[in-house]
Amino acid sequence: MKEVRVSLIGYGVVGHGVVDVLNRKRDMLKDLGLNLMLTSITDHTGTITIDDGIDVDKILRERTLANVATSSMKGKEAIAAIDSELVVEVTPTNIIHGQPGLDHMEAALSGRKHVVTSNKGPLVVAYSRLKKLAKDNGVMLKFEATVGGTMPLISLVERTLTGNTIFGIRGVFNGTCNYILTRMAEENIPYSHALSEAQDMGIAEADPSLDVEGVDTAGKVVILANALFDLNIKYNDVDVTGITGVTPEALSLAKNRGYAVKLIGDVPALTVRPTLVPIGSPINVAGTLNSAAIYTDLSGTITVTGLGAGSIETASAILSDIISIYRTKRLNA
Amino acid sequence: MRLSMDLELQDVPGQLLLALQPLRDNKANIITVVHHRDRKTPRGLIPVRLVVEMDRSKLDSVKAHLQNSGITLVRAGEERFMEAVSIILVGHILDSDLGDTINRIDSTGFAEVMDLEVTMPGLDEPSSAYLKIKATGKAEIQKAISILRQVGKQKELLVIEPIEVDAV
Repeated sequence: MKEVRVSLIGYGVVGHGVVDVLNRKRDMLKDLGLNLMLTSITDHTGTITIDDGIDVDKILRERTLANVATSSMKGKEAIAAIDSELVVEVTPTNIIHGQPGLDHMEAALSGRKHVVTSNKGPLVVAYSRLKKLAKDNGVMLKFEATVGGTMPLISLVERTLTGNTIFGIRGVFNGTCNYILTRMAEENIPYSHALSEAQDMGIAEADPSLDVEGVDTAGKVVILANALFDLNIKYNDVDVTGITGVTPEALSLAKNRGYAVKLIGDVPALTVRPTLVPIGSPINVAGTLNSAAIYTDLSGTITVTGLGAGSIETASAILSDIISIYRTKRLNA
Repeated sequence: MRLSMDLELQDVPGQLLLALQPLRDNKANIITVVHHRDRKTPRGLIPVRLVVEMDRSKLDSVKAHLQNSGITLVRAGEERFMEAVSIILVGHILDSDLGDTINRIDSTGFAEVMDLEVTMPGLDEPSSAYLKIKATGKAEIQKAISILRQVGKQKELLVIEPIEVDAV
């Protein structure tokens, strides 16, 4: 049995999902020969550390660690001080400067700890630097949850489709925009109405600009371009148009001619823009779903679809990354 | 040269073969044959559309042969526009001179706006327009789209293009 001491950084919606999923899958993980022990959790209020594993039932009820913290350590200080071999980084994302996640990831990788994350910001800002840091320290940086949530995309391309040449990936990578466009088309309602509905449903944030202006999708385009196409690009290399200008009349004209309008991210074209997608196309998914078409030389076009966000769904992508770290047989080992 | 022909055939066996014979005799390369069995004409004839590559000078000979075989040639002409694309524009389409926008495509000589539908919800609100553009080939379609992209930037219109089916 391989014992792995895991530190969780960030205890918001996704952090709670990670704690829940690690607990639910304890027996399955043991069957795989993995004893994942969650020995510390850190958030903006402090850190809880329990050497033989945190009592999940006690912690899941707490919104923050304010009442249960055993230490006031935060962020990179906690990462450096706590004995663990894997850090799950799920703090809020910032696509402009990548903080605080970027500092956390650098501290973890420099300390020879594997990093698994759902946090796009640090990868958008400093992908090559982080990847090199991981390599130099002999550890892994995994980030399936950053693109398409639970929808397998990075691992699908890196592992399952290995041997194929990937010509491009196009898809719907933002559930909020997809929900708004779907509702506008279904009900013939204006953008502002569909947005406020999405906000009431908890699908859109109070400040929805990162989603609806295409920033979030562009961040995913950057990650895919860097991770799967070795392009070494930054956010500013992506040509971005959001969905705020789309009218219900445009959706209706499109529908009459057999098209839906979707916010499509395209790699390696490095564009994010509202695009006509044939109604019968497999990437034409409704509601908050995400989808991606992967264009390959040997396998033709592969399409995947799945839930792009959500606490447990994101944690599921994180879990599969964690397992893959310990199941990967290194060719040169 | 690529030509398209609309024929009308009697609904009896062997008519299609009879229609294709003069094309074969004149070394025409048949690109497509669309046989509309479900759309009989009021006279009970079956419309057939052919697209062929052939020397235009042979067209008269083909016509004469078809006539002798009792086959009606409704129309024959040059098939210039082989590719089509759907585009949606959103913004102040009329105020920014829709005529000029269309003319930028039509004046290329290789592409034309063949279909147009505009919806105007109200004064001062953005309008939406559907355009079908036809062009002489795939590359020309791409050129027409990039012209529209430029026009969109100049006139502050949102240009919604179709997703490409194939990878770039």
